Amino acid sequence: MTIYIPTPLRTFAGGQDAIEIGGATVSEALNSLTSTYPELRKHLFTNEGKVRAFVNLYLNDEDVRYLPEKENSQVSGKDTLSIIPSIAGGR
Amino acid sequence: MSTLSLTKSVYEAIRVHGEETYPHECCGALLGTHSAEGWRVVDSVKAGNTRTDSAHNRYSIAPIELVRIQRTAREKGLEIAGFYHSHPDHPAQWSQTDFAEAHWLGCSYVITSVAKAKATVTNSFLLAGTTEEDKRFEQETIDVQDRVQNAPEEMDEQGLQEITSTKDQR
Repeated sequence: MTIYIPTPLRTFAGGQDAIEIGGATVSEALNSLTSTYPELRKHLFTNEGKVRAFVNLYLNDEDVRYLPEKENSQVSGKDTLSIIPSIAGGR
Repeated sequence: MSTLSLTKSVYEAIRVHGEETYPHECCGALLGTHSAEGWRVVDSVKAGNTRTDSAHNRYSIAPIELVRIQRTAREKGLEIAGFYHSHPDHPAQWSQTDFAEAHWLGCSYVITSVAKAKATVTNSFLLAGTTEEDKRFEQETIDVQDRVQNAPEEMDEQGLQEITSTKDQR
């Protein structure tokens, strides 16, 4: 599958905006990604190993949090996973 | 101090957006390329504010909209350089809420103060640092340019407008 890396994390992923990675599930793909690029881990996961609250994961156009199997959802070579930090604020 | 370069059309577009949504906050993304001096922004994309419960003093962009903006940027050979929003009847300075919710390290956060439906001051803040723990906002110089410099394929503003005609116009 292809994982799309957002602007702020590219420096920790060899400067790439898209990375082809193996894995049968979203979780496996993320583990493979962070094994290849260890510096990404602290930006994506808490110390307890959970995806940080402000990090959104989209499998194609679906929010992984709302998929029945969540991060255990099956993936194939044609799938894309977008990593998107949240944007919010206000005065 | 880093410099955020904006085309005149982008600079005007984000300020007009703040006037259009007044007294609510507007928000959107900035697309461009990175140089040694900082970001060169050549396009902006309006986004919807999902904080309809408190739109006068809060904004949030739906993640799926960000996914699509990131896809659009990639197709144009651009990157998400940062984001913009407005502060209705409030200074163009980052707030604690802005800081707590800022996670795009290395990107620019542009804030326009809109007083009584009229855009006044526009400031930009670079989210500096390398982690959530050491992040900080640093004010940037805003350089408004008439024409795009070093844009992909030497596009001028007219060329960009032609290929961005499908962008979100909300």
